[in-house]
Amino acid sequence: MSKEPVAVVGIGQTKHVAARRDVSIAGLVREAAQRALDDAESTWADIDAVVIGKAPDFFEGVMMPELYLADALGAVGKPMLRVHTAGSVGGSTALVAANLVAARVHGTVLTLAFEKQSESNAMWGLSLPIPFQQPLLAGAGGFFAPHVRAYMRRSGAPDTIGSLVAYKDRRNALKNPYAHLHEHDITLEKVQASPMLWDPIRYSETCPSSDGACAMILTDRAGAARSPRPPAWMLGGAMRSEPTLFAGKDAVSPQAGKDCAADVYRQAGISDPRRDIDAVEMYVPFSWYEPMWLENLGFAAEGEGWKLTESGVTELDGDLPVNMSGGVLSTNPIGASGMIRFAEAALQVRGQAGEHQVDGARRVLGHAYGGGSQFFSMWLVGARPPES
Amino acid sequence: MPEVLKAPLVVEFPFTRSLGPVQSAFLTGLRERVVLGVKTTDGRTLVPPVEYDPVTAEEIRELVEVAPTGTVTTWAWNPGPRRGQPLATPFAWALVRLDGADTALLHALDVPGPDAVHTGLRVRVRWAEDRTGAITDIACFEPYDHEGEPARPTDHTGEFEDRITGIVAPARLDYTYSPGRAQSAYITALSEQRTVGERCPSCRKVYVPPRGACPTCGVPTAEQVEVGPRGTVTTFCIVNIKAKNLDIEVPYVYAHIALDGAGLALHGRIGGIPYDKVRMGLRVEPVWTEGARYPDHYRPTGEPDADYDTYKELL
Repeated sequence: MSKEPVAVVGIGQTKHVAARRDVSIAGLVREAAQRALDDAESTWADIDAVVIGKAPDFFEGVMMPELYLADALGAVGKPMLRVHTAGSVGGSTALVAANLVAARVHGTVLTLAFEKQSESNAMWGLSLPIPFQQPLLAGAGGFFAPHVRAYMRRSGAPDTIGSLVAYKDRRNALKNPYAHLHEHDITLEKVQASPMLWDPIRYSETCPSSDGACAMILTDRAGAARSPRPPAWMLGGAMRSEPTLFAGKDAVSPQAGKDCAADVYRQAGISDPRRDIDAVEMYVPFSWYEPMWLENLGFAAEGEGWKLTESGVTELDGDLPVNMSGGVLSTNPIGASGMIRFAEAALQVRGQAGEHQVDGARRVLGHAYGGGSQFFSMWLVGARPPES
Repeated sequence: MPEVLKAPLVVEFPFTRSLGPVQSAFLTGLRERVVLGVKTTDGRTLVPPVEYDPVTAEEIRELVEVAPTGTVTTWAWNPGPRRGQPLATPFAWALVRLDGADTALLHALDVPGPDAVHTGLRVRVRWAEDRTGAITDIACFEPYDHEGEPARPTDHTGEFEDRITGIVAPARLDYTYSPGRAQSAYITALSEQRTVGERCPSCRKVYVPPRGACPTCGVPTAEQVEVGPRGTVTTFCIVNIKAKNLDIEVPYVYAHIALDGAGLALHGRIGGIPYDKVRMGLRVEPVWTEGARYPDHYRPTGEPDADYDTYKELL
């Protein structure tokens, strides 16, 4: 028996900001969930199960937050489960929810991911002082910056590329009312003049720390038929993992990322992603990851990704727009960031992306990664249901 | 077999909590010696209050005041209180349904022994002297045998002067950490300024630090192999911002260093050379300081740089 097609019929986000001091964690997730329900013109009674994701518990210090959030998410008396795959968790949470629909376990599932970074310090949560071990000598940016240098060496990319990505994403964010950073006076010169934190990564080429949540209503064919607005259809979805460090790891273009993308394309019948996919929401916490992922995801040959960025192909009005929403560079509630990529991809094919809509977007990829390039999750959504 | 190391690990952080409207009223109320509950859609009173109806999922905001007296619905004896618990002497953990509430609140009950507590025992709040707007404003419960009017919840606006909107919730976890057999051997060798990894019997790559198993082949590793002491900088970044808890002057170079013979790079700081002269392929050796477990940094050996092809798999 073939899988049940999965449709996205409701999407909700909070306005992402540095600190939402006016709401509890329950209030934050509720806001996104209610907006997703409103978008789908559904009620709590229409939801059969809830799948929630967030990054490590240490980020807010609430152990097993799903227990405490059952009331806020209308999960009482329903199955509820929590997914955790570090920074990619928003993507894998959506995929676990989608698989419940595809397998016909549930008809309609609410999926949600969140982070309230202001309640803690993510950097502390990621670098607990373990006895006997050498302390990490750099922050998150310092962890990733050597990989960026390795990419530059391997590809011969000019050192201007990182700033171009940041300048593009911050301008895109101005068209997205939910984005955290709205830098109205952004210029390329300002990005280029920002301090070099972890050379080769500049301050303006790093993501902010955000409070926010993102929710989606996923449903089956029958649910999609009742949808008041055009649904987005999942055409393929996959997850892959590999260790953060191992002999032979390619941190610039991890094998798990390549395999994950290949699986998605196989499911969706994509033979040439550069030709067949209209736009991409990818997880770019440091600007140089745009050209790196363009190669890893098969949009450019190895060593060529930066040329797409440099020539304007990834601009909002380019041939392959990347991070139309402003991306992680403009909004980073860590646990939610992957789901925001997935949801923004769905908004595009539904034609609901507002000012950052790409005209005629029919197939859009949502991508997330996490845990030192350890976890990957991706989905491809389309304006039309999959051909069975 | 060498000793497997162990050490205490304390994970501690003062998390902050934004309370939202309902918890804000509840905790501010405790500071003012008022216990608030919330009315559900079907008319029940929940104490402590929640923001969303557990049955209908509706947002609920109708606050009511309940009595500071109540009845024990169940309990467990705690013979050995730990640090941070409400009382220093043995006490009962009790679920107390306050008069006017339909649900019970968990707190400490101060009684001399387990014989002095039973389900149905009448109790009242013992308020803390110094109240800040926290659950600890209720110091504990104590037996109270006065029979009064059966209390009914009364409406409350939830409005107070100088409302608490956020709290600090310190968390602390105490672990005993052990790095295991393989890493213990690695750490022990480091104390002799030797770097010893383990070779995978299948792919032959040497893991430094060793993990006791090869993550690629999924087989145990046992063969010890000394690597280094010299190595090659395979990639790096220049750190220009001072990290918390790190006593290193910026800028400094944080590098991936493939020690000769190792199957993957480890991380270290490069010194003994201007930060802007460090390059991929630079040959380095460790510099030890007295009593340190790890090399303080690595410095150039003066050898010619390694060819990119010799280390491109070790970035």
